Amino acid sequence: MTFDLMTFRLISMKFHRIYALVARHLYLYRRSLPRIMEIFYWPFLDLVIWGFITVYLAKFEGQIPGGVTFFIGALILWDILFRSQQGVTISFLEEIWARNLMNLFASPLKPSEFLAATMVMSVFKVLAVSVVMVVCAGLFYSYNIFVIGLWLIPFVLNLVMAGWIIGVLTTALIMRFGQEAEVLAWSMVFLFQPISCVFYPIEVLPGWLQAIAWMNPAAHVFEGMRAVLSTSVSPIVHLAWATGLNLVFLGIVVAVFHWMFEFCREQGLLVRVGE
Amino acid sequence: MPTPVLQVQHLVKRFGEFIAVNDISFDIGPGEILGLLGPNGAGKTTTIQMLLGVVTPTSGSIRMFDLDLATNREEILRQVNFCSTYVALPQALTVEENLWVIARLYGLSYIQEQIDDIVKRLEMEEFRYKVTRKLSSGQSTRLGLAKAFLTKPKILFLDEPTASLDPDIAQKIRSFLKEERRSSGLSVLYTSHNMHEMEEMTDRIIFLQRGKIVAEGTAQEIAARFGQVDLEEVFVKLAREK
Ligand SMILES: Nc1ncnc2c1ncn2[C@@H]1O[C@H](COP(=O)(O)OP(=O)(O)OP(=O)(O)O)[C@@H](O)[C@H]1O
Ligand SMILES: [Mg+2]
Repeated sequence: MTFDLMTFRLISMKFHRIYALVARHLYLYRRSLPRIMEIFYWPFLDLVIWGFITVYLAKFEGQIPGGVTFFIGALILWDILFRSQQGVTISFLEEIWARNLMNLFASPLKPSEFLAATMVMSVFKVLAVSVVMVVCAGLFYSYNIFVIGLWLIPFVLNLVMAGWIIGVLTTALIMRFGQEAEVLAWSMVFLFQPISCVFYPIEVLPGWLQAIAWMNPAAHVFEGMRAVLSTSVSPIVHLAWATGLNLVFLGIVVAVFHWMFEFCREQGLLVRVGE
Repeated sequence: MPTPVLQVQHLVKRFGEFIAVNDISFDIGPGEILGLLGPNGAGKTTTIQMLLGVVTPTSGSIRMFDLDLATNREEILRQVNFCSTYVALPQALTVEENLWVIARLYGLSYIQEQIDDIVKRLEMEEFRYKVTRKLSSGQSTRLGLAKAFLTKPKILFLDEPTASLDPDIAQKIRSFLKEERRSSGLSVLYTSHNMHEMEEMTDRIIFLQRGKIVAEGTAQEIAARFGQVDLEEVFVKLAREK
């Protein structure tokens, strides 16, 4: 797909159709306590566990650069990425579970509009989870993530985008391989966790893995964060890398999604996923 | 003769080695109800899925309103809709919410008025705020039709719309369809395994077997051609031929 064709597809998206899909999901959540709980369950448990670990490690304060409370911050940021990915993938799974793909794609809806709606949902989920985690971390452990300062904003945006990339990729795979691949919605992101260097600096990785990790936008985000916290060095280089890699990979996975979509239409899989 | 609203030429669909739809051509005129008849696995649903752009044809062309579906997907799909007993709307939303989402998706204006109108005409008031999961099968069918009619389509694809309905409701739905056709000049492609329904509803019938058109004409013409008294006899005769 050429760049021109892609930009054309993007700008020709219709807002009312994206709005329709977002409303459809909000209706769903409004009435479903289990779905709402699911958003908060893991982040909350993670926070409890890492909170206690941090309390314990605080005894060795001074030996860990950036302070042990960095773990809580890292955790919150990791959950932003994770929820962002989930927002995209689960929104697609909901359509499979509801067997709604035929209704959607026999309408004027475009695949790009569909993806855009899942990304909006992902932003909503990220917002909800972040607020809860930041408040809980503040209340329970007196942890204030805003010590990171204004750098937080561009880094969080990059994490959300990194989540979209994994989310769109996972969605394309589930569409292609059907319900058996559903488990990817919860596991795929953890494949990227070791090379995202969430809780440890990249230099602890073996050399070859470091090379791979530097290709991962999330690794640049977390390295950048550590740079801000421990040395107050400007993380602008990390930020630039994260943004650049994110844009490239997002373009690639959106193209992959369109390609899988066409493949599924050819194989008649689009109307069959979920069966 | 008026220009057809739908023109299908040499349509083929292969799934690997298997040929589900094998070189069929037909068209539908404005206000015409065309029946698609055939035994299980004949390729009726696959044909409709291709007409709705959710399955890509292996070869052949599909034109609606003088536009090619392959290149004018959005423009065409805005003006058509479908209803199938086997494709429900999301069960966790209420009837009203589902209709509202569909209205937005198709870009309707005056959404609330349009929903009120269709709800009234299909007598859905008593369950309009119910969660879709809790509807009876007759009620879900009416919702399916409401979804299809809400967007004021010019062509409607109905895949066994009355399967699993009691005769009374099925009858009501048939009269609703006929009335719609009279008042708005809607064109319909209709599949059903109920031969009497086919005879009653359709202007013309295409008989599909193993992906090929084996007979075409009005119900009487087809029956006469095969030397049978009615469509049901023709169906049984054709379906048993190997
Ligand atoms: N995605 C697919 N992959 C492989 N084969 C398929 C696919 N979709 C349909 N088929 C095959 O194509 C043939 C036609 O199926 P189709 O659903 O169109 O039949 P139908 O006429 O609607 O039958 P019924 O009366 O049972 O609804 C069947 O043999 C079916 O197994
Ligand atoms: Mg069928």
